[in-house]
Amino acid sequence: MQLTEKHREYWRRNLNMTGILLAIWFVATYVVIYFARELSEITIFGFPFAFYMGAQGALIIYVLIIWFYAKRMGKLDDEYGVAEEGK
Amino acid sequence: MASAFAQQLKKYYSFYTGGFILFVLALAVAESMGMPDKWIGWTFMAATVALYAGIGIMSRTADVSEYYVAGRKVPALFNGMATGADWMSAASFIGMAGTLYAKGYDGLAFVMGWTGGYVLVALFLAPYLRKFGQFTIPDFMGARYGGNAARTIAVVGAILASFTYVTAQIYGVGIITSRFLGITFEVGVFAGLAGILVCSFLGGMRAVTWTQVAQYVILIIAYLVPVVFMSYKVTGIPVPQAVYGTVLQKVTERENAIMADPAQLTAREAYAERAKGIGEKIKALEGGDMAVYDAEKQGVVAKLDEAKAGGDADKIGKAQKAVDEFPKNSAALVDKLKKDQATAKEKSSPLTHHAEAFPGKDDKARNTARLNFLALTFCLMVGTAALPHILMRFYTTPSVKEARESVFWSLFFIFLLYFTAPAYAVFAKYEVYTSLIGTHIADLPSWVASWAKVGLVKVEDINHDGILQLAELTLNPDVIVLATPEIAGLPYVVAGLVAAGGLAAALSTADGLLLTIANALSHDVYYKMIDQNASTTRRLAVSKGLLLVVALIAAYVASLKPDTILSMVAWAFSIAGSCFFPALVLGIFWKRATKAGAVTGMIVGLGLTLYYLINVKFYGMDKWFGITDISAGIFGIPAGFLTIIVVSLLSKAPDTKTQDLVEHVRYPALKGDVSTEAA
Repeated sequence: MQLTEKHREYWRRNLNMTGILLAIWFVATYVVIYFARELSEITIFGFPFAFYMGAQGALIIYVLIIWFYAKRMGKLDDEYGVAEEGK
Repeated sequence: MASAFAQQLKKYYSFYTGGFILFVLALAVAESMGMPDKWIGWTFMAATVALYAGIGIMSRTADVSEYYVAGRKVPALFNGMATGADWMSAASFIGMAGTLYAKGYDGLAFVMGWTGGYVLVALFLAPYLRKFGQFTIPDFMGARYGGNAARTIAVVGAILASFTYVTAQIYGVGIITSRFLGITFEVGVFAGLAGILVCSFLGGMRAVTWTQVAQYVILIIAYLVPVVFMSYKVTGIPVPQAVYGTVLQKVTERENAIMADPAQLTAREAYAERAKGIGEKIKALEGGDMAVYDAEKQGVVAKLDEAKAGGDADKIGKAQKAVDEFPKNSAALVDKLKKDQATAKEKSSPLTHHAEAFPGKDDKARNTARLNFLALTFCLMVGTAALPHILMRFYTTPSVKEARESVFWSLFFIFLLYFTAPAYAVFAKYEVYTSLIGTHIADLPSWVASWAKVGLVKVEDINHDGILQLAELTLNPDVIVLATPEIAGLPYVVAGLVAAGGLAAALSTADGLLLTIANALSHDVYYKMIDQNASTTRRLAVSKGLLLVVALIAAYVASLKPDTILSMVAWAFSIAGSCFFPALVLGIFWKRATKAGAVTGMIVGLGLTLYYLINVKFYGMDKWFGITDISAGIFGIPAGFLTIIVVSLLSKAPDTKTQDLVEHVRYPALKGDVSTEAA
């Protein structure tokens, strides 16, 4: 099995996207938790900010991350000719 | 683009959902015409379990691929629903809102941890495992890290993580059935066992998948209905998730008022006094003073006599139980008193705000609370992304593309419940703080008395003012979800619906876990390690036999009501995370990871986690950085990664065949590539 340069580029782009999405996940979760007390001064929809993030905000971000990843990877598969046929 | 099969499924399950709603409405009408509560409970249980059994029987199979991975034709949307039901256990359904009620912001570690883990599943595991396409998680370890060593450790890890978990589910079934059907707990456990087996025994993964989809529909309807009504009752808007911010503000106002209330203060002082008194007794007992033991025992016996004189059957039963369960020796009494003392101390401490992050008496306590919150969130996330019963669901989709999409659907369906749970907690708190606290104990709403009867609610007028103060009320976490229908003034049929939902949550999770354990034993141990020439019929027979044996053992353990087992459930996440996650992720993303690295890494990760949690929990070892045993994975997971990396670099690089396998799983399709899919 011989991989072409194109294949390697597909994998690199996948890794880049994985890295960026993971960074968003990290900030939405751990950075917000770390500064939870300070961020609670801010109010959003009637909630203290950190409470809102833990109860809803972070969850919505997680759902969006996974949705975006599935959509973009589907496109990348087609673009680089590694999509599964007939599926 | 959806296939004809997916279209057909949509049609079936839409009919099914409509039918279920009609069924609930019909029962509501029957109730208004005078059907007794107990009949409603029985009808709900019998109808839903019969339904699951029907699906299980219709999905029976003698095909290996159907049995292990539902023939790999579960469309993304339906795999998402099945994963949602597989994932959400009795604890999520009944316990989560109660935990949030009790802990406020600090309980959100569970909400974030149990959803954020799916980001890791999506980015690091699901698509690659689907491309690999065999039957179990140990299969991947065996193929990637050659030979039986890695596979064996994976089997051990899978069983360790799944067994306590499945026991807790069966326990949950016992609790729900005994409470709503009025049968004994032990009978409930074995009835639940039958409910689980009818789904999985005949049809394996195929049957489990289609029942889980049906169970998801019931559990999500059951979870949303009461809180939607509650939201409408309190705010006039039936969208609890959107409006509970304003309710939370009202709760905060009430919290301030309660804290300033002098009566609450006298109640707290009375509890502090009690804690002090218990402390003195403990001291005396530990000093060998048997007079205290005798006095305590006499006190319990005297209460029984008093109850008998009063003639109230409930009171006599409770007092009799206290006499029967009185500690046999002074050391056991000390343990019991220490628990009572902790409860009294907690009641004497000041109220914390629901929305306040990491409350604590000083900066040090607050920082430890924050560190534990971070560690717990991390362990729950990584554990989520490593639990075999979840990961194996992603073997069942038709393609890599659908595996990715199905992680999205999974989290979406899980999200519906998890972002509602905090609303449940806030609405319940609002009701308790406004309509319970400060009222005369004689005028409490009827739901308090009915749940006090089963011991989930306790009221004690410690300062004898005839009015209920917050410190005087004890709520079991489970009561939040179970009592919300009554708090919101809904008919009994909704309570029955909630019980059916809890049952669906427990059964669906138990099914997935049982299948994981039985498959690890039958596929990985028996077929792959003992007899590679076994015929299909024989493999399935062994698998089904083991399923039955494991289910019986789990039900037996659950029927003993072991406290320790239940507190060990949360360990599953740290155990699975430290055993599987590093080896799986590095196996896919790092070609250089070797067999020696993976085997030592799994042993070190799992070993360190087990060492920490057993020593902290049972042997009183000092905590490292104040981390509690539930987050032991915070040490084991990084240790696993580090060990795999170091040992891999020290050992010889994997051969071309293994490196090709890694390339193979990274691309959904490669020209001229071999297939690793097991049929």
